[in-house]
Amino acid sequence: MTTSILPVAGEPVVELEGIRKIYRSGSIEFEALRGIDIRIDQGEYVAVIGPSGSGKSTLMNILGCLDNPSEGSYLLGGEDVSAMSEAQLAHVRNRRIGFVFQQFNLLPSLAAWRNVELPMIYAGIARTERRERAVRALERVGLGDRVENRPGELSGGQQQRVAVARALVTEPDIILADEPTGNLDSASTEAVLGLLDELHESGRTIVLITHEHEVAARAERNLVIRDGQITADALVAAGGAQV
Amino acid sequence: MNWLETFRAGADAIRAHRLRSILTMLGIVIGISSVILTVGLGQGAQDQVKDQISALGSNLLIVSPGSNTSSSGVRGGFGSSTTLTLQDADAIADKTAAPDVKSVAPQTSANAELVNGTTNWTTSVVGTTTSWPEVRKRTLSSGRFFNEDEVTSAAHVVVLGPDTASELFSGPVSPVGQTVTVDGTQLTVIGVLASSGSSSSGSSEDDQAIVPMTTAKRLTGSTDASVSTIYVEADGENALSAAYQEIDGLLTNLHDVTASTADFSISSQQSLVATANSTNKTLTVLLGGIAAISLLVGGIGVMNIMLVSVTERIREIGLRKALGAAPRVIRRQFLVEASLLGLAGGIVGVIIAVVGAQVLPNLINQPVSLSLLATAGAIITSLVLGIGFGVYPASRAARLTPIDALRSE
Repeated sequence: MTTSILPVAGEPVVELEGIRKIYRSGSIEFEALRGIDIRIDQGEYVAVIGPSGSGKSTLMNILGCLDNPSEGSYLLGGEDVSAMSEAQLAHVRNRRIGFVFQQFNLLPSLAAWRNVELPMIYAGIARTERRERAVRALERVGLGDRVENRPGELSGGQQQRVAVARALVTEPDIILADEPTGNLDSASTEAVLGLLDELHESGRTIVLITHEHEVAARAERNLVIRDGQITADALVAAGGAQV
Repeated sequence: MNWLETFRAGADAIRAHRLRSILTMLGIVIGISSVILTVGLGQGAQDQVKDQISALGSNLLIVSPGSNTSSSGVRGGFGSSTTLTLQDADAIADKTAAPDVKSVAPQTSANAELVNGTTNWTTSVVGTTTSWPEVRKRTLSSGRFFNEDEVTSAAHVVVLGPDTASELFSGPVSPVGQTVTVDGTQLTVIGVLASSGSSSSGSSEDDQAIVPMTTAKRLTGSTDASVSTIYVEADGENALSAAYQEIDGLLTNLHDVTASTADFSISSQQSLVATANSTNKTLTVLLGGIAAISLLVGGIGVMNIMLVSVTERIREIGLRKALGAAPRVIRRQFLVEASLLGLAGGIVGVIIAVVGAQVLPNLINQPVSLSLLATAGAIITSLVLGIGFGVYPASRAARLTPIDALRSE
């Protein structure tokens, strides 16, 4: 498949056009997204910022291929994913998206490397290669000495770094971080954000979803979402957000 | 995700909730072990009956008195009347009238007390003819059986069953040549029977005293020619039904009765085996049915726990889906987990049943014979139960949407 080749820097990775999401509950309709157009290029570090109830989470679900939009088209790495079945979306998520969640979402019964290994299992990668790549990803996030530890034996910041390693390990098109520092103290927040900075410098495409301006300020581009629409799309000058 | 990975993930999940997994398996364990044990008990009882009966010889026909209906219409019980006589036995033994009969042994039997010095023992005293050992397939471990002359002269001789001999004569001295007293009459022991061979056949075959028919009549003071049973050996297994017809015809003529008023009945070993087996089968089906219900309850337990497990692990399911697990992969994971629980329960159940089969006969004095087929069937059943009751929870897990699953607390 030609689509699995990483796009060159500057090529669009995410292209959203006229995305709407309508939730129906009985006769009540709620339009969470009201026509979103976004283009994110290879190598960009984008923060989506907005208060709760702004449609931020819905946008994250659609960007992460966890949900289908009601209307509009979504090209991810050139592939139209807007009308895919759940099984197809699972495949796309596996190949193209690395998730980092607010609650870390590590499986408590598995050692760090086996958590990192999970997406590779679903990708059908051989066991020996999985172990090798998982250990390398853990070294990359500075946890080379915690490979065999279970999540319960790690601090919050370390757990989130394991989650980042898990997001990295499949070499996805984008890393989608949903409030990655929401559950962390300031020191751990700094460590995780520093890690994202490094990943950005090494050419990764990162989409960060947050409600904190200080966190959003670390990105190079901020998208502000309010009431289901993008109200601002601006490059961040070094040292502060321009909202 | 291949099957090996799925299997490994299932085993991990079971290990992560050890206590719960063990409790879940318990239902299957109990169900499987009780099914195997009940079937084993039924099989053991059947084997026991078969042993007992084949020890008597498969060419054997047993003619018993009874089945007479009185004028008032009351039907007498089996063996309740004394309609068989020595003349009947002689008639059956006639080679021209019944060519398919090899030999005939009429016998009477009565309980009596045998005394040797200060030792006494009550057993059944059997009066019969010289053909008894041949017909009943018995041999002697020492001494000899009585001969025609001794029958004619009503000699005071006795052949003891091995158990009877050991009850009356303790110590190393052979009982042969010694005497026992029955109702004041001294009898010389001339032989001891070898054990009937089937250990399970109970004591009656090895605990009896055999005397000539004429001697028995004298001991009991009876003057008629009635006998309690006539044992007939057919000339081979194939001649069994021909011999049956011949005896039936002879006795019907001699007693001047019709089929509906017959005052005797003829049974073969096969018919006894069939009756005993059908009784055992009914019992086995009944007990096995109860055990199968407990197995079903065990299966429902697996489903219950798997449903709890799906709810409890909703975030894990969401995460796995987000990381790229397709719905069918999730379904397979939970199915494998349920079938592993079932299979493990089945294997533990089989182990308990095998141990039980060793221990149980010592406690209830009933043999248990485990069949490989029932054991293999039980393991397959437990696997099928796991899969069957895992389908619904697994498809519920597969249907969860990843966002709902991830968002849940």
